[in-house]
Amino acid sequence: MVIVLGVESTAHTFGVGIVSDEPRILADSRFNYIPEKGGIHPREAADNFIKNAPKVLKEALTQANLDIEAVDAVAVALGPGLGPCLRVGATVARALAAYYGKPLVPVNHAVAHIEIGKMLTGARDPLVVYISGGNTVITALHGGRYRVFGETLDIALGNFMDTLVRELGLAPPYVVGGVHALDRCSEGGKFVDLPYVVKGQDTSYSGLLTAALKAYRSGVRVEDICFSAREIAYSSLVEVAERGVAQLGKKEILLVGGVAASKYLVEKFRAMAEYRNLRIYVVPPKYAVDNGVMIAWTGLQLFKKGVSVEPEKAVVRQRWRLDSVDVCW
Amino acid sequence: MTVSTCVGRVSKVIYLGAEALIAEGEFLGRSVVFKQRVSKPYRVPELDRAIISRRTISEARILTLLEEVGVRVPKIVFVDPLVGLIVMEKIEGLVLRDALKDLDWEVACRAMVSAGREVGKMHRAGIAHGDVTTSNMILARDGDVYIVDLGLAKHVEDVEDVAVDIHLLIRVLESSHYSAREELFKCFISGYREVVGEEFTREVINKVSEIRLRGRYVEERKVRKTN
Ligand SMILES: Nc1ncnc2c1ncn2[C@@H]1O[C@H](COP(=O)(O)OP(=O)(O)O)[C@@H](O)[C@H]1O
Ligand SMILES: Nc1ncnc2c1ncn2[C@@H]1O[C@H](COP(=O)(O)OP(=O)(O)O)[C@@H](O)[C@H]1O
Ligand SMILES: [Mg+2]
Ligand SMILES: [Mg+2]
Repeated sequence: MVIVLGVESTAHTFGVGIVSDEPRILADSRFNYIPEKGGIHPREAADNFIKNAPKVLKEALTQANLDIEAVDAVAVALGPGLGPCLRVGATVARALAAYYGKPLVPVNHAVAHIEIGKMLTGARDPLVVYISGGNTVITALHGGRYRVFGETLDIALGNFMDTLVRELGLAPPYVVGGVHALDRCSEGGKFVDLPYVVKGQDTSYSGLLTAALKAYRSGVRVEDICFSAREIAYSSLVEVAERGVAQLGKKEILLVGGVAASKYLVEKFRAMAEYRNLRIYVVPPKYAVDNGVMIAWTGLQLFKKGVSVEPEKAVVRQRWRLDSVDVCW
Repeated sequence: MTVSTCVGRVSKVIYLGAEALIAEGEFLGRSVVFKQRVSKPYRVPELDRAIISRRTISEARILTLLEEVGVRVPKIVFVDPLVGLIVMEKIEGLVLRDALKDLDWEVACRAMVSAGREVGKMHRAGIAHGDVTTSNMILARDGDVYIVDLGLAKHVEDVEDVAVDIHLLIRVLESSHYSAREELFKCFISGYREVVGEEFTREVINKVSEIRLRGRYVEERKVRKTN
């Protein structure tokens, strides 16, 4: 049995996960940095990570009921992400690897989001729709890499949704009881015309955001704005995904990232899947967000293929592109 | 597929696209292609109707305009925006996406040069395609490239619109023709430059780099915003 410990610290979560190749999740410990107000401050997040790292690590080993000696390799997310945050995880992982003489395995965070989704859902060869606060990417494995077939031309879907409801005075909190404020305020809304933008396989949400807020200021009912903006945003995402499956001939779609928790969005994907004879897989909400388990799991695949790096060469890569990673497993 | 005309005859559906059913057939004695946009159950009816009729009308208008200014596009034969139908001349040839896979290097490059010229002519005519991929280009038997699928096309408002076209082309080369992406792009851009000139090409390429910093490299954006 091979056991890998993974460290995640790309943005707002410092997480340590431990997995074995059975496959089994042996531990999942997380610290979430929640800024008092506004967006994430990388340095503040990093300071908090440093304070909490020992506790998170210890907790993971306790959960797994393991001594660190029993771990075969240490995996770490080296990017993409925020520099100060990434450096905390890299430092912790380098120290563990060097001190205990364990191989150090570098993992791309975006690849990890996808790989954990595949493992947990059983999807084999899906078109992947990665939708989170910072990402809107349509990708699929092709010739040994996750090629990017579509993306947002401006802001990410989650960012669009969060900003809209915040500006409408409906949030934070953005998600209550597993329902996003935008889905919630759409109830009873009527459709009003707002800009629908698709370019090739790319979406764009900034024009929609501006137009929705303008409509709000001119007195259009909030529920009508929510409903129309949501319908347009979700429909355009499903449309670009549909273009992707039509072009690539895929039979599966895998949804990963925080926004995949919207059941209204998933319903739209299912409606498309039905007439196209596709299967829809959705990553369980717990693993849709950042966590150490996904890093450990991806690290395990790499480790088994003999991938590792000297600790002194394990430098963080803030802009590590998804399509530059060789997927060799 | 139902086609509401008694002068046309559909012989076979050749393609179930993302948006439309494509069928070959005959119309008033000519070899044509029927492009029928279909309803999507995931869209609310108001949005669905708006998208289908808007894109049908816009595609027909822009095809007509491009034909007039000499861009290689299929000639329109018949349009019904209410049902979302366009009947157009059939271009005999191979979709460039498939053609590129079997072509020898010189022929492939020549095809990309031709594609670059057509996109250049289109941009010079003030139209951005909105979906520039090798699936929307047909390599005709005579070696020239024709442009199809203009449902997302629009009148150019600023350089961003044309830069998005080039960005989309680069991306399809990266995702679907990755083994020769740089070489193929060089061929394309040489045809493009020939038509629109050095200065405009440079301006467009600069804008493309800017666009590419937005979507894919979100993390960089995040860093810039929060630091
Ligand atoms: N139930 C839900 N429905 C819709 N959106 C959701 C839901 N839960 C979370 N989100 C959205 O997911 C995003 C966060 O996802 P996450 O994968 O953690 O992103 P990131 O790490 O890029 O910030 C936020 O925009 C949030 O509003
Ligand atoms: N005029 C035409 N002549 C020949 N083939 C065509 C013509 N128009 C479309 N096609 C074929 O049908 C496919 C789909 O048509 P397109 O207009 O691109 O629709 P979609 O929006 O569904 O992609 C094209 O990729 C091409 O292979
Ligand atoms: Mg993430
Ligand atoms: Mg097309």
